[in-house]
Amino acid sequence: MYPEDLRYSQQHEWVRREGNRVRVGITDYAQQELGDVVFVDLPQEGTTLQSGEAFAAVESVKAVSDIYAPVSGRVVEVNQDLADRPELVNQDPYGAGWIAVLEMENPAELDELLDAEQYRELLER
Amino acid sequence: MTDADRRAMLNAIGVADVEELFADIPAEIRLRRPLNIPEGMAEAELRRHMAELAGRNADAGRYACFLGAGAYDHLIPAAVSQLVSRNEFYTSYTPYQAEITQGVLQATYEYQTLVAELTGMELANASMYDGATAMAEACLVACAHTGRDRVVVPRAAHPEYRQVSATYLRHQGLEIVEVPFRDGVTPVDEVRARVDGRTAAVVVQQPNFFGCLEDAEAMAEVAQEHGALLIAVITDPLSLGLLQPPGAYGAHMAVGEGQPWGSPLSFGGPYLGFFAAQGKLVRRIPGRIAGATVDRDGNRGYVLTLQTREQHIRRERATSNICTNQALNALAAAVYLTLLGKEGVREVAGQCVQKAHYLQRAMTALEGVSAAFPGPFFHEFVVRLSADPEEVTRRLLDYQILGGLPLGRFYPELADCLLVCVTEARTREEMDRFVTALGGLA
Amino acid sequence: MTGYQLKGSFPLIFERGAPGRRGYRLPPLDVPEQPIEALIPDRHQRTNPPALPEVSEPEAVRHFVGLSRRNYGVDVGFYPLGSCTMKYNPKINEEVAALPGFARLHPYQPEETVQGALELMYNLERYLCEIAGLSRATLQPAAGAHGELLGLMIMRAYHESRGEGHTRREVLVPDSAHGTNPASAAMCGYRVVEVQSNARGGVDVAALRALVGPKTAGLMLTNPNTLGLFEEDILEIARLVHDAGGLLYYDGANANAILGICRPGDMGFDIVHFNLHKTFSTPHGGGGPGSGPIAVREELVPFLPVPTVERDGDRYYLDFDRPQSVGRIKGFYGNFGMMVRAYAYIRTMGAAGLKAASEQAVINANYLMKRLAPLFDVAVDRYCKHEFVLSGRRYKRLGVRTLDIAKRLLDYGIHAPTVYFPLIVEEALMIEPTETETKETLDEFARVMEQIVREIEEDPDLVRNAPHETPVRRLDEARAARQPDLCFCAPASSTVGEVNAGGGGRTDG
Repeated sequence: MYPEDLRYSQQHEWVRREGNRVRVGITDYAQQELGDVVFVDLPQEGTTLQSGEAFAAVESVKAVSDIYAPVSGRVVEVNQDLADRPELVNQDPYGAGWIAVLEMENPAELDELLDAEQYRELLER
Repeated sequence: MTDADRRAMLNAIGVADVEELFADIPAEIRLRRPLNIPEGMAEAELRRHMAELAGRNADAGRYACFLGAGAYDHLIPAAVSQLVSRNEFYTSYTPYQAEITQGVLQATYEYQTLVAELTGMELANASMYDGATAMAEACLVACAHTGRDRVVVPRAAHPEYRQVSATYLRHQGLEIVEVPFRDGVTPVDEVRARVDGRTAAVVVQQPNFFGCLEDAEAMAEVAQEHGALLIAVITDPLSLGLLQPPGAYGAHMAVGEGQPWGSPLSFGGPYLGFFAAQGKLVRRIPGRIAGATVDRDGNRGYVLTLQTREQHIRRERATSNICTNQALNALAAAVYLTLLGKEGVREVAGQCVQKAHYLQRAMTALEGVSAAFPGPFFHEFVVRLSADPEEVTRRLLDYQILGGLPLGRFYPELADCLLVCVTEARTREEMDRFVTALGGLA
Repeated sequence: MTGYQLKGSFPLIFERGAPGRRGYRLPPLDVPEQPIEALIPDRHQRTNPPALPEVSEPEAVRHFVGLSRRNYGVDVGFYPLGSCTMKYNPKINEEVAALPGFARLHPYQPEETVQGALELMYNLERYLCEIAGLSRATLQPAAGAHGELLGLMIMRAYHESRGEGHTRREVLVPDSAHGTNPASAAMCGYRVVEVQSNARGGVDVAALRALVGPKTAGLMLTNPNTLGLFEEDILEIARLVHDAGGLLYYDGANANAILGICRPGDMGFDIVHFNLHKTFSTPHGGGGPGSGPIAVREELVPFLPVPTVERDGDRYYLDFDRPQSVGRIKGFYGNFGMMVRAYAYIRTMGAAGLKAASEQAVINANYLMKRLAPLFDVAVDRYCKHEFVLSGRRYKRLGVRTLDIAKRLLDYGIHAPTVYFPLIVEEALMIEPTETETKETLDEFARVMEQIVREIEEDPDLVRNAPHETPVRRLDEARAARQPDLCFCAPASSTVGEVNAGGGGRTDG
């Protein structure tokens, strides 16, 4: 459940590199912990973020979880489908449940993220 | 609890006496004397004592009440108190276990629907503390939604509502900009002069504190020109049986005092803050909200919903800190509005208007009494007296009349004025008595 | 089908009745009627009447009685909802609060006509100050959270008066605190700093020492805390906060454990709120109204909201002339009807009765904890005060969560404890029996819990799928939040006016 081609943050976001951009979502583990996602508070396109900054929030019935920018950059696309179908985050966390696309400021920051194996280790700890 | 039970329980716990259970309280802070509170009373003694205290008050049952100003003496059907006194409702806590609190939850959903319908808004919450705090919270919502820091508020809005909003807003670094009144209403050009890019909202009280009808539509337009929201404040929502609903003049939020919907005067509380809003604000609004859903067998049922806005989940980032609200008053409102119904609400509003104008005409025909403001009004109006209004209201007590609110305490420039309210509960005999008495005093 | 059955869906009031019906008749208009357009200009008038119900009085009564039968209150049965103090609400209090001399007073009547009401408020304030061990109080806040907000405003006014308003910007809140604490602090413009709990369930003094300083405005504390435990280090905690120049705020949600036993003021607290709807027996009404008076130390009295109730010889009056006041946080004077009930309760109990109530509340809680200890993990193994916290974590391996246990209790006609709070205890069950329950009720509750534990072991699905016997079964909360349906949308053929045509009363967020 943790695809090898993705990078992961300590806060359970995943990142898929697409050239100078990254697509960001939350991991299968994170969606399970949250339970039924009922609302995703999406960022504004054009917002500039520092790595580690909260830029979105995923809500279940009884919890709110901030989503932190895994890398610094500018929000260039957000997943508007989540406005009507927040359950996509549960159903397809690495696909249709993506949250935003960021234009990276410093691609070297990707190296600081975990690979799939390291992320699995983090979960087992 | 019998001594034997107590003994058995202490034994089961494994302590010799109750003191052991308090042993972790530092000795220096144990209270070693009885509280300085009178000895307890039996029920019959208490009843006598309370009757004696209550008897030293002049209540609206014995006195004809012409006071309004945010608290209204309307008729309350007998069934309202009977139904809200049902033990299953009034000894229930917040409906955290939805499966056994469908009564309160469904009644709340019905209440929300009634409020939305009367105000012409898309949704309403389960209640706020009162009209004044509902206005303050609406101002906070407007500031959070727009990212701006000023709210434009007419001086013709209820003085206590303005004070409460000022207290709430000041602590978040937000400001209130006041608009003067002319001829008892808020001039639109004075509003326009104060609205700019920092304005989060324009407030309009309709009818205003003086009972006069404001040009709410024009104020909505001014707000809209600058991207600000319009907050409609209503201190007597029974006016909505006749008056244009806030949704029709473009209000983004409609808030106010729901006491007139079946809650007694009760010296100012418990009352009912109602809070209605456009759908787009749903995730910003404070307080509980009931929502419809289904159970696992497909039955329709109700839950508290959108709870991630609230303090028990979002803690310091909640939309408000409100937790306990005025649920029983909201239930009373649902029962009241159900009993009055479509026709009754219109009739109450109509009688209020007719009777208020009857009294106003009769009073202003007296020597030494004149209408303070020229415009149309609903069920409250201001008269200017040649005699001191404080003295006049005191002397009216001799005629079993609570004769209105002298305005000097809130508006020094109106120290010779009296705010008078007439609801459907007042009779022609009471009004005639008021006019006769006033004729001898004014 | 009239729809008054106890189980299944229940018609809405909007689905009952028929056009033209009404449930209340007004007296005929007794003044000459003017054309309405002569009094209210057309442009101010509503064009469509609101689509309110059209039902007779008997229909309305059956509808709401039917709803009441689908509800549960402490008059129905045991309600061990932790932190909520669901004690019995004496009926005499309802009777006296309904006396016209209280219920039909207008808040703006001349003072000489409300002397009995002002005297009641004045004396209630005295009693609450005596119980708190503090100087003065205000009865204005409508609820506990409202009291917290006001208390923090007073805290801020105090620091501002000493020229430290801009530096003292942090309020410390334990991780076990009620959610209202951090929410109130934020609403008052403060930054919230969380303090950890120690292994004994109290504030970690070392952690606190590291956090207090010149930025500290104050600490908010519940004592006994939300684990039902007395803060043994309270004097050290108070000293640390005061030495740093901060103030101590007492969240009175758990005051039912300490009446006449110890006083927040003597512990070092500067500001205290009480919940009249918890400790002082006023009914909760399905979520309110409450009342959240706050008491303060002498130095803070000038900052109390306007008006205060004062006495001059035999005369009581309202004092609005308080230049250092934080202002006003509610219309009029607070939830007076709740004050009448709380006053009646205090006069019924007297000093001895209040202390006995707290003692019995603590005995009942410890007794029940002892009875339940074999079945659950006790969060902290100490004598508790008026409530205690258990963890249902041992049943997770059988696939049964605390939520399931709570739901199964409903089938046995018992309200569930508070669950999943405090946040620091896994699978928490927070149980507060109160002093008004008999030993038999507590024993019965323990037996039901034993039975549920047997069910978990023998037939976990029975518990996982609970409740089975309630008016409705487990509700789809995710659906309620994803597609908010917050108002009834009448079918298009009905009389919904044009004002609602846009949204139809329903929102999709």
